Amino acid sequence: MQIDLRTVTIKPLRQTFDNIARRIGADKPASRYQEGTLDMQQTANFHYRPTWDPEHDIYDASRTAIKMADWYAFKDPRQFYYGAYTLARAKQQDTAEANFDFVENRGLAATLPESVRKTVLELLLPLRHVAWGSNMNNASVCAYSYGTGFSQPHIYQAMDQLGIAQYLTRVGLLLGDVESLDEAKRAWMDDDAWQGLRRYVEDSFVIKDPVELFVAQNVALDGLLYPLVYETIIDDVLSSQGGTPVAMLTQFMTDWFTETRKWVDATVKIAAAESPENKEVMARWLSQWRDRSAAALLPVARIALGDRSDEVLGEVVQQFNARMAKAGVAL
Amino acid sequence: MDMQVAKKKLGLKERYAVMTRGLDWTPSYQKMEDIYPYIAYEGIKIHDWDKWEDPFRLTMDAYWKYQAEKERKLYAIIDAFNQNNGHLNVTDARYINTIKLFISGISPLEYVAHRGFAHAGRAFPGPGPRVACLMQSLDEIRHAQTQVHSISNYNKYYNGMHDFHQAHDRVWFLSVPKSFFDDAITAGPFEFMVSIGFSFEYVLTNLLFVPFVSGAAYNGDMGTMTFGFSAQSDEARHMTLGLEVIKFILEQDPANVPIVQRWIDKWTWRGYRVLTLVAMMMDYMLPKRTMSWKEAWEVYFEENGGALFKDLARYGIKMPKCAEQIALEKDHLSHQAWSTFYNYAAAANFHTWMPDEDEMAWLAAKYPASFDKHYRPRYEFWREQAAKGNRFYNKTLPMLCQTCQIPMIFTEPGDATKICYREVDYKGDKYHFCSDHCKEIFEHEPEKYVQAWLPVHQIYQGNCFPEGTDPTVEGFDPLAAVLEYYKLEHGRDNLDFDVSEDKKNFAEWRGQATKNI
Ligand SMILES: [Fe+2]
Ligand SMILES: [Fe+2]
Repeated sequence: MQIDLRTVTIKPLRQTFDNIARRIGADKPASRYQEGTLDMQQTANFHYRPTWDPEHDIYDASRTAIKMADWYAFKDPRQFYYGAYTLARAKQQDTAEANFDFVENRGLAATLPESVRKTVLELLLPLRHVAWGSNMNNASVCAYSYGTGFSQPHIYQAMDQLGIAQYLTRVGLLLGDVESLDEAKRAWMDDDAWQGLRRYVEDSFVIKDPVELFVAQNVALDGLLYPLVYETIIDDVLSSQGGTPVAMLTQFMTDWFTETRKWVDATVKIAAAESPENKEVMARWLSQWRDRSAAALLPVARIALGDRSDEVLGEVVQQFNARMAKAGVAL
Repeated sequence: MDMQVAKKKLGLKERYAVMTRGLDWTPSYQKMEDIYPYIAYEGIKIHDWDKWEDPFRLTMDAYWKYQAEKERKLYAIIDAFNQNNGHLNVTDARYINTIKLFISGISPLEYVAHRGFAHAGRAFPGPGPRVACLMQSLDEIRHAQTQVHSISNYNKYYNGMHDFHQAHDRVWFLSVPKSFFDDAITAGPFEFMVSIGFSFEYVLTNLLFVPFVSGAAYNGDMGTMTFGFSAQSDEARHMTLGLEVIKFILEQDPANVPIVQRWIDKWTWRGYRVLTLVAMMMDYMLPKRTMSWKEAWEVYFEENGGALFKDLARYGIKMPKCAEQIALEKDHLSHQAWSTFYNYAAAANFHTWMPDEDEMAWLAAKYPASFDKHYRPRYEFWREQAAKGNRFYNKTLPMLCQTCQIPMIFTEPGDATKICYREVDYKGDKYHFCSDHCKEIFEHEPEKYVQAWLPVHQIYQGNCFPEGTDPTVEGFDPLAAVLEYYKLEHGRDNLDFDVSEDKKNFAEWRGQATKNI
C-alpha cells in the first residue's frame, strides 16, 4: 500500500549535523555549501605518517607558514560545493560553445586581420602551458593544504585551468592548426620572450608551502596575467584592431577571472586579517611573487603591445596593488 | 595563408592528445626529481609515460556538461524525497542503521579519496594519469558531498549520525575503514593507485557500493538509491582508470610485477577485512535482503574477480592467496561480526537486534553449513535473555588486530570453534593479529603499522576521555566518558533497536499518515 506521507507534518529532532550546529547555531538548517564543506577533512587520530612526507601528518596545518586559529575561517564567497560548481561551469560552457559555434559558422576566423591572428597565436598558445602548470599547482594546494574551506576551491581551480588550457587549444586549432600548437610549444621552450615566465612556472612547481603556492599561482601570476592578456590585450587592444571574434573565444577566461578573483581576494583577506604575523608573511610573498610575475610578463606583453608594454603592465600592477590593499595587504 | 584550406582534421584520439598530453613539457629550470619527488622511492620503474592509454577521453567542457545534468536530476530527487517525508517509506526503521554505518564509515572515505587522488595526480609526471587522477579527485568530493546532502535529511529525524565526522575520527570500529584509507594515502602514489584505484574501485567496489545501493532500492530508500546510481557513471570511469593503472605499471618493467603482486595481495585482504561491515549489513541490517554476503562474494569476487585474474595472468599476476582463506570464512564472517556488534551495542552509533524467526530461517537457508550449527543457538540464547530483561551489553574492551584493527573475533580458517590468534615480537613489544595475512602485512612494514592508533589501547591509555576528565575520582565511569568523547548520546544513539527512539518515532510518524488526527 502506498501511503500519502506528504500529509504528515513532523518536527525534526535537529536542524543539521552537530559540527555545523557548533559553528552556526543549532536553531537553523545549514546550506549545502556548509554541510558539504565544514569539517569535511579528518582532523584527529591519524594512523600513520605519510611515507612520502614523514615529517607531517596526512593533513597538517604546519605545512604552511600561515597560522589560523580555525581553518574554516576560509569561506568561498561563491559557496561552491561540487553541485553548485558544476552547474556554474556548465552554464559558462554553454556560452563558450555558442561563441565558438558563432565564430566557426560565420567563418569569422578568416576575417581576422593577419596581424591580429598572428599576435593571437603567438601570445595565447604558449599560455596553454601556463594553464597546465596552474592545473598542477592547484592540485598540489588541494592535496597538501589544511581544511576543506581552504583546499576545496583548489580542485575546482585546478580543473578550471585544465579547461582553460583546452579552450586555448581549441582557439589554436580554429585560428591555426596542430603545427601552430607545436610552434607555440617550441617558443615556450626556447624563445627568450617566454623564458622568464617558464622559469616562474617551473619554480612554482617546487614551492612546498601550499599557501605560498596559492599566492604565487592564483594571486600573483593570474592576478597580473588575466587583466593583462584577456582584459587589456584581447578585449581592448586587439578588439579595436578587428579582433572581436577572439574576445568571444576567450570570454570564458574573462568571466572566469572576474568570478574567481572574488574567492582569491576573500582568501587573501581572511589569511591577512588573522594576525599581524600572517599579514607580514602574506605581504612578503605577495610583493616578491608580484615582482617576479611582472618581470616575467613584460616580454610576453611586448608580443602584442610593443613599446606600450611597460606602461600597460605598470597600470596592471597598480590595479593589482589596489586590489590587494582592499584585501587588507598594502604592498 | 588561406585558413579554409589544408587544415588537418583531428581524430578523437589525436584531438584528446593535444588537449591533455600536448600541454605538458619537460622542465629545464628545475630538476624532475625536485618537481616530482615522490615517484622513485617505491621502486616502480616507468620508462615511458607516453605509453599510458587514456582510459576515457573527457575534456573539461564535456565533463561539466554531463555532470551538471546529473546534479540537476539528483538534487531534484533529493528535494522531492525530503519534502515528501520519503524516509517514512523505508521498509522499517531498522534499515536506517545501514545509513548510519554508511555516513560514518564510508562517506568520510570518499573525502580521503578526493584528497588522495589530488595527491597522486600531482605526484605523477605523466599528463595522462594526472588528468585521470584529478578528474577522479573531483568526482570523489562529489561523492562525499552528495552523500552528506542525501543523508542530511535522515539526520534531522533519526539518531546516530549527528556527529559523524567526529565519530569517524574517534569511534572504535570506525578505525577499521579509517585506518584502511589512511594506510592507502600514506603509501606512495603508485601503491595508492593500486590500493584504491585497482583493488578497491575495480576489484571490490561491487561488494561495497552495490550492496548499499541495491539495499536502498530494495528497502524503499529513494534518496540513497539515487545518489548511488548517479555515482555509478563516475565509478565506471574510475574502474577503467584502476585497470589501466595496473596494466600500465605491469607493462613498463618486469621488475614491477612482484611489487604489484604484493600490493594486490595486501589490499585485497585489507579491503576484504573492511567489507566485514558490509557483510553484516547485507545479512542482518537490511530488513529486505538483496542477496547474502556469501552469494555476493561468490558472484563478484570468485566469478568476476576470477576472470579478471585470469586476464592478468599474462603479466605474471596471480590470484591473491588470501582468496583461499576468504572462501573458508564466507560462511562465518557476517555472523561473527553481527554477534560482536550485538555485544558492543552500548558503544556504537547504530542499533543492533536479534534476527526474528523468518530472518533466522533465511540465514539458515543461505548458510546451511554454519548457521544452525554455530550461530542460531547463541542468538536464541541471547534472545531468551533479552526477553527476561537481561539484554547483554559487553563492557570490557576487546583485543584488536594491529593491522586491520578489528577485534580478534575471527575463528581459525576451517575451525569455527577456535579463535584465531597470531602474534609478532617487534623491538620488545608484542603485536597481535587476527590472521596470517594481517600478520604478514605487518611484518613487511612494521615501522608503519606500529604507529596504528588502536582505539582500545588509546582508551586504556586515557586518551579517549573528554578534555579535563579526571579518571581517578571516585565512581568514575570509563564507558560513559568514552561515549562522551565519541559524542554519542547514551540511550539515544546506542543500545538495542527495540528500546530506541528511532523505532518509537518511526512507528508514530507512520501512524500519523494512516490515521485521521
Ligand atoms: Fe567515490
Ligand atoms: Fe586483522
